[in-house]
Amino acid sequence: MVNREAVNCELIWREISNYIEGDVDAGLCAAMDEHFRTCKRCASVLAGTRNVIQLYSDERMIEVPAGFGRRLERRLAQETRVQKSSWSTWSAWLVPVAALALIAGGLRWANSLTVAHPLRSEHAQAGHNIPPEMRVVVSEGAKEFHVPGCDFIHNQEKVRTLTAKEAMREGYVPCVRCMRKYLQIASVLHDSGESEAESGQEHDDRVHGQ
Amino acid sequence: MAEPNVVLNNPAETTREQELIAAVQRGQTELFYELVRPYEKRVYAAAMAILRNETDAEDVAQEAMLKALANLRQFRAEAKFSTWLIQITVNEALMRRRRERTRMTEAIDEHRDDEGEYTPRDFADWREIPSEALERKEVRQKLADALASLDRKYREVFVLRDMEQLNIQETAETLGISVASVKTRLLRARLMLRDLLAGGWDGGWFSRLPFEKGTKPW
Repeated sequence: MVNREAVNCELIWREISNYIEGDVDAGLCAAMDEHFRTCKRCASVLAGTRNVIQLYSDERMIEVPAGFGRRLERRLAQETRVQKSSWSTWSAWLVPVAALALIAGGLRWANSLTVAHPLRSEHAQAGHNIPPEMRVVVSEGAKEFHVPGCDFIHNQEKVRTLTAKEAMREGYVPCVRCMRKYLQIASVLHDSGESEAESGQEHDDRVHGQ
Repeated sequence: MAEPNVVLNNPAETTREQELIAAVQRGQTELFYELVRPYEKRVYAAAMAILRNETDAEDVAQEAMLKALANLRQFRAEAKFSTWLIQITVNEALMRRRRERTRMTEAIDEHRDDEGEYTPRDFADWREIPSEALERKEVRQKLADALASLDRKYREVFVLRDMEQLNIQETAETLGISVASVKTRLLRARLMLRDLLAGGWDGGWFSRLPFEKGTKPW
């Protein structure tokens, strides 16, 4: 239990955001409730903070440039037309190819059930503090796992989603681009999968960012 | 306090959303715009919070939507679609900013959080700003200016948590910072915004609006 005497205004100002999130334990919560009843200043801080959150969470706060929705719709329509037309051209022979790929993939999958996976790249590092339940994607034949939508996913056609924990268990290593925040600089520089020039670029970014 | 006017998880809408996702995944890509339309403003706001330039934000919003379309087959139902979409957008915007950084003149924030305590300003009591006030352009502008005046690290966390409705964990993952950092920055952002907006509601900026205190615009 929190000592009621110990709940002063400074503690309130430190915890008020967590209090609003419902992220303080029951004892502290009760002590803070009590403080808000008696301290006018802190009650005003609470009311103002809640008011701020309420106002900014309102969709009316978001203004988009005129015609934004129309331009987005048009761009998506263009893209879909391109996809559809290329699909109809290729689909005739894609079906048997896809069937073969499925059979091959199935065999490999069956094998994978019995095999423990070492790290897929000897030169990469496993990354630090990657949230285990984070959704990541891997693609067939590649070594890295990625944040969905990363530019550096190879073989976009054959990807699957899984948790970071599962990906690491299967030996995948974090992408040096989208997962760079979990890597030491050293691991970025020593990554083997990408060209020297690209790694250099990453390193430059790091330096600028400091 | 009035209920905030945010997109909530209405069961009927969620079912419709699931149907749309399944349809697009089956190849009915022409339905994609209907699927993302409810979130298009939030996607734009997420890009804008990071890039601070309307043209770039719109471009990144479009790119992120195309990426979401291309990757929709990877989307799994256990995730929330809007969160997934916002995360793709933020990732896209961060990559764009990294590419452009060498050309940018804006100073790069340090990544360390301020350790010092923040003392909220002392106002006798808070004068509630009602949600209806957001109908007025001047009020929205005042709020937007206050948000824009925050340092980048505070602004980004605040936008993702309080405007985009990501939770603390998702905000941390999306920005690549720790949960503790998100909490510290969120606290600071919320208190600073409160201070920025408090001074004026009855005493300053609001009273200068048309129709207040008997002034007439004609």
